[in-house]
Amino acid sequence: MLQTNLGHIESKEQLKELIKNNEKVAVCCGRMGPMCIPVYDIFEILQGNYPDIQFRDTDFDISAAAMIKGLPECRKFWGLPYTIYYRNGKVVKATPSIQTAKEVKSVINEVFT
Amino acid sequence: MSENRQKFDVIIIGAGPAGLAAAIYTARAALSTLVIDESSAGGQVKITHQVANYPGFVESIAGHQLASNMRKQAEKYGTRFKLAADIISLHLSDQEKWVELDDEGKFTTEFVIIATGSSPRLLNIPGEKDYKGSGVSYCATCDGEFYKDKDIFVIGGGNSAMEESLLLLQFVKSITVIHQFDELQAEKITADKVTANPKVNILWSHEPRTFYKKENKMVVEAENLKTNKRIRLERDGIFIFVGLVPNSTFLKNTPIQLTKYGYIITGPQMETNIKGVYAAGDIRDKSHRQITIAVGDGTIATLEVIKHKLN
Repeated sequence: MLQTNLGHIESKEQLKELIKNNEKVAVCCGRMGPMCIPVYDIFEILQGNYPDIQFRDTDFDISAAAMIKGLPECRKFWGLPYTIYYRNGKVVKATPSIQTAKEVKSVINEVFT
Repeated sequence: MSENRQKFDVIIIGAGPAGLAAAIYTARAALSTLVIDESSAGGQVKITHQVANYPGFVESIAGHQLASNMRKQAEKYGTRFKLAADIISLHLSDQEKWVELDDEGKFTTEFVIIATGSSPRLLNIPGEKDYKGSGVSYCATCDGEFYKDKDIFVIGGGNSAMEESLLLLQFVKSITVIHQFDELQAEKITADKVTANPKVNILWSHEPRTFYKKENKMVVEAENLKTNKRIRLERDGIFIFVGLVPNSTFLKNTPIQLTKYGYIITGPQMETNIKGVYAAGDIRDKSHRQITIAVGDGTIATLEVIKHKLN
């Protein structure tokens, strides 16, 4: 399990439920590595600022992550973490690799406002 | 401009080890302390896999854990944080200084400690940003396995480039190192291990000028720095490790004296050329950059602030 203060997604069912029951969902899928940790941290900070968005993480190496790895948007991703933004159950944006707070906020403004 | 103003005894810009050490001291001295960072707390430490040379830890500690502990320690004594924050203006010249944050208003103080550290250098060439995470990477431990049995480029010849190359060699079929000089700058022991590996070849005196994708391959157009001739080479991916740059662009329009490389010039007590403004950690112009040194810098800067505050 990832050592973060975010809610963790631990099964495919949990992810399905989350995106079904919430309009705005952001999921960071990675490991406890140098490119992923900054994105989890930024999610932790931003979840206080955007209460209408569900911020979660999921371990890249568990079966729940297969739902993310298998997305067409992620087919060409070769860099952790994979960060997926869902709106009304659909993927509206996906980014690979490390992102700055500015980049994450810019995506949020683009797809969720 | 927002009318929202809050006054603090000390504002620390940067939440890496220098900034957090400073915050622990100021907060413990009962000075109201605000720490601002454009990212999360921890600086370079949070992206360090394991830290084995920080005193007090017999076993090595994960960098993100050490960073988290430092932040919690600062918070415990009352430090306030504004993280993932964008500084939109900064005034340092007068006795009353202020920092303005996007959506957060202005924060005023008499004392500022700048501890913004450094970040991995980007090449800033066409294609680099476009293919980040889909052909261009900055971390062997994170992305090496995506390149199992593939041919890759490593850009750079310093310690990080060679250490990361050793990790990548566990996965890849071959590495072509592209380096701007005629010799590697890395420590000899590490450089020798890389160059002795038959899977490695080195393109000396070349610098990448552009990256692009051709079907599934990444193409590097590199310039020979001696002849100015350009060549194009194809591989499966590109790993970039070209050192660090100081996070000082936000100081560009301030009177703070910087070196030509962008580091802040300080005196022995971490004082800058502006009264009441101190600098600590990797942002300072100095010869060695270590977590322990950053912590020491932050402590010295803080003790000076406390001394002036009490007078």
